[in-house]
Amino acid sequence: MSKPIRTGIFEKTLADLTHALEQSLFAETISRQAGLLQALDPRVKIISILSLLLSVSLSHNLPVLLSLYGLALLLAWLSSIPLDFFIKRVWLFMPFFTGLIALPALFITPGPVFVSLPFGLAITKTGAVTVLFLLLRVSTSVSLGVLLILTTPWTALLKALSILRVPEGFLLILGMTYRYIFLLLLTAEDMFLSRRSRILGRLRPAEARRILAASAGTLLSKSLSLSSEVYLAMQARGYRGQSRTVNAFQMRSIDWAWGSGIIFIAALAVWLGR
Amino acid sequence: MQRDLETASATSPVFEFCDVSFAYEGNQPALELVNLTLQAGESLAILGANGSGKSTMLKLMDGLYFPTSGKLRAFGKPLTEQALAEESFNFDFRRRVGLLFQDADVQLFSPTVFDEVAFAPLQTEWTGEEVIRRVESALRTLRIEKLRDRAPHRLSGGEKRRVALASILSLDPSVWLLDEPSAGLDPRSQSWLEDFIIDQVRAGKTMVTATHDLSLAEVVANRVCVFNETHRLVADGPPAEILSNQNLLAECNLIHEHRHPHTGVASEHRHPHVHSPSHEHNHPAG
Repeated sequence: MSKPIRTGIFEKTLADLTHALEQSLFAETISRQAGLLQALDPRVKIISILSLLLSVSLSHNLPVLLSLYGLALLLAWLSSIPLDFFIKRVWLFMPFFTGLIALPALFITPGPVFVSLPFGLAITKTGAVTVLFLLLRVSTSVSLGVLLILTTPWTALLKALSILRVPEGFLLILGMTYRYIFLLLLTAEDMFLSRRSRILGRLRPAEARRILAASAGTLLSKSLSLSSEVYLAMQARGYRGQSRTVNAFQMRSIDWAWGSGIIFIAALAVWLGR
Repeated sequence: MQRDLETASATSPVFEFCDVSFAYEGNQPALELVNLTLQAGESLAILGANGSGKSTMLKLMDGLYFPTSGKLRAFGKPLTEQALAEESFNFDFRRRVGLLFQDADVQLFSPTVFDEVAFAPLQTEWTGEEVIRRVESALRTLRIEKLRDRAPHRLSGGEKRRVALASILSLDPSVWLLDEPSAGLDPRSQSWLEDFIIDQVRAGKTMVTATHDLSLAEVVANRVCVFNETHRLVADGPPAEILSNQNLLAECNLIHEHRHPHTGVASEHRHPHVHSPSHEHNHPAG
């Protein structure tokens, strides 16, 4: 029986990267389906999510923070986001990032002992509360951010950022980055696939590295020539360094009501959690 | 200046090439001593093999590249880097001339189809309402209203080509420069494209189509010029005359001799892929 051919690590990484970008950056399927947050003007969504984020940061009360996390879950459910997917997406990386940062605080924060451990270690009550607050704040904030990204098409989100006075030139560059990162990733994937189709047997590590370096060089050269062609295409349609966009958003009464309601809730949370 | 250009263009040719040569960096020649005059309302097909200089010619016409030597005029005025640096000339020129790039991915740089089609009108001084009206009209004409919120990277080749055309149509230029517009299109999209070009010609637009697709040139052009592989313009005339000159087309690598079986016997002959002007159609009575 012949040995199965091993997939090169760089090809696999590229395929995974493309897949991950597709999934995480755009989340188009969810952002375009019917739901509460999807129906709102993206500008209102940005302002309301920002005000909730602010209230999460300023609140010092555990029930208030738990309520805000509950509100995030409720909004996800009302926006037709599968809750298991939503919770997993937020909590999957929490232990690695926030957890590692918060871990020492369990032991080094002065206060009454909560749990005694071997080797003279002890988790203090104050330390446990500090870590709980930190985890809850971060998870609620990340949940709110994920809500915004999942329920707003990336392009609408970029446009709506102009309400925060983000310069239009910067938004144009972000939009083009989003557009061409895909094209170049797909080109890179095609390059590696075409290499693989012509490789018989197993490559020596030095040869694999040489192919990887040559492909990276080719990709860089392609991206340079693509960027100059794109600039010509912009010039051809009258671009002279000033970017302009059409504001196609329209505020409706539901947007005003939603915005005011959420800002009121955020202010209430800050007042109750002070 | 703008009024000057309008007055000049009413009587002047759209483009005048006078001994124009162009070389890329490193002195790699792309065009050699080109002489050509294009009048308003003409539909010109530029034929040539890959690398013969067709795309470069279009970029010169669109004021994106400038001649290394020789003179180029557009609407009766010199088309130079200095002239295009002047705001009013640049505005008027870009408003009148639209270029369809060979690679649609180059031309579709905006995040959504709507933004793409709105890009050129937004560079003008039209109001927001006027821009939206023009975008909607272009989307309707190209029958791509349903794609308005889609990202260009998710479109098929034919859809990308339609969006690229809509992104020019929204500006309604009087001169269209099309670089290999039929490349990569399926037969239905190609037929639709031919109709689109014919409609523009009938509307009085000046069309320049660079292609090596002889059947497209035959259908859409009323004048054909041919570049050879040394980047020289070697023929210029009516389609029937140029497309029936098989020696010329073979010399310029536009047709070739190849083998394929006829009635079970391999035969060799030149293959021009050109329809006879007198070929029959069956039209329904009435």
